[in-house]
Amino acid sequence: MAQPIIRLEGVAKFFGTFQALKDVDLEVALGERMVVCGPSGSGKSTLIRCINRLEEHDAGRITVDGTELDDDTRHIAKIRAEIGMVFQQFNLFPHLTVLRNLTLAPMRTRGLGRKEAEELARHYLARVRIPEQADKYPAQLSGGQQQRVAIARSLCMRPKIMLFDEPTSALDPEMIKEVLDVMVELAKEGMTMIVVTHEMGFAREVADSMVFMDEGLIVEKAPPARFFAAPASERARLFLGRILAH
Amino acid sequence: MRTDGDAARCRRLLLVAATALVLAGCSGGSYTWGWHVVSPLTDQGQSNIAFLTGGLWQTIAVSLLAICLSIPLGLLVALPGFARNPWLRLVNRAYVETIRSIPILPLMLWVYYGLPVLTGLNFDPFTAGVLTLVISDSAFEAEIFRGGLQSIEKGQHEAADSLGLGAFDKLWYVILPQAIRRILPPLGNQFVYVLKMSSLLSVIGVFELTKKANELVVTLYRPLEIYSFLILEYFVLVVIVSAGVRWLERRLAADQRMARR
Repeated sequence: MAQPIIRLEGVAKFFGTFQALKDVDLEVALGERMVVCGPSGSGKSTLIRCINRLEEHDAGRITVDGTELDDDTRHIAKIRAEIGMVFQQFNLFPHLTVLRNLTLAPMRTRGLGRKEAEELARHYLARVRIPEQADKYPAQLSGGQQQRVAIARSLCMRPKIMLFDEPTSALDPEMIKEVLDVMVELAKEGMTMIVVTHEMGFAREVADSMVFMDEGLIVEKAPPARFFAAPASERARLFLGRILAH
Repeated sequence: MRTDGDAARCRRLLLVAATALVLAGCSGGSYTWGWHVVSPLTDQGQSNIAFLTGGLWQTIAVSLLAICLSIPLGLLVALPGFARNPWLRLVNRAYVETIRSIPILPLMLWVYYGLPVLTGLNFDPFTAGVLTLVISDSAFEAEIFRGGLQSIEKGQHEAADSLGLGAFDKLWYVILPQAIRRILPPLGNQFVYVLKMSSLLSVIGVFELTKKANELVVTLYRPLEIYSFLILEYFVLVVIVSAGVRWLERRLAADQRMARR
């Protein structure tokens, strides 16, 4: 596999006395599609939130595309510029139209003019298949549409890596597919992705690697075929049994 | 629906006014009313009204200036309250607690009579008065801003951070616009408060509404009628301010259309 674009070495994270991550080592290659799963509270979200500094790791090293993530705000800014993130709760800016949600960051941080930024925004809105919603406010859209806007908003920054933190968990069942379809497309175009999700169908379809976490540890990392057919750990077997049972 | 509400409000107002008049008429039976001093029907009344309302522009100028200057100052005071540095947070707390504990009148006397002794700077009454209102009001507005900024969900900060927006851009384009929509009602309250507190400037000799009324009372000795008229003047101004704030709330809310899903 190609050289890793993200490398975590011995990363630990505490919330008070609770240890959310314990000595985590992980490498993600350029173009790799990684799906992270595990029971709730296992540290999946914390793991990806550490990669773009939404959480500060307490020990270990995180390196993204050759830049080490430390207290240097220039390093943080550089890494954030390369990473897009999609949240469970969408987190669109409710006071701005869809178009303005998409153009704000490119105009402020990339110095794009309004016209260029709007062209870029409309391009990505078309890609997530909602070009007609550009002038609406987020609250006027369905959950699935909002999440697709959120994906387009991240893509407008032209990131090298996309992080997805349970992107379909807050959606009604009939809207999950429209979001997953967009993500599958993105994966097929070669975007480097780390996806925290319980959507095992999505994982089977696009993942290069499955990471199973429990109690702040990476218990298992394997290609999906092997992971689903014969998980090496008892804990992964139990977990898969529970979520694939129905 | 809106016009129904307005009509109901009008009826309520009229009822209150009528009750007040009846009560006033019943009490003090021996008092001979002298409404003619502020009656628009007589020449004397007209010139008195012109004299009294001559303070209007001073009152409006003082209040408007104080509000316009205290908002940015209040925001400026609120921001260090969110700093990681504990000393910066202390600056915020110290300012708010100190200023909030000083009654406006003593503060104004201190600024007008005391500050020149300390600094050698002389303020005219208007400047000293506005300065006092700005300082005092900014402490309250800082607290309103703090509450508003704190009320914005963590996810909004995280989305802005993950998009690479800098601290200023995040505040200016994402957090503050949402906070302002939420704090408009308490901010409107503060506008009304400033407008009413501008009456204290009469003490240091600013010719605003209250000072004008005081002058006229001294010459005509009709305190009941003249101060009633004065109260009516403030009432009208406050109603205008309230309507303005409501208009702003509606406009910003329409802009956001939060209700539709």
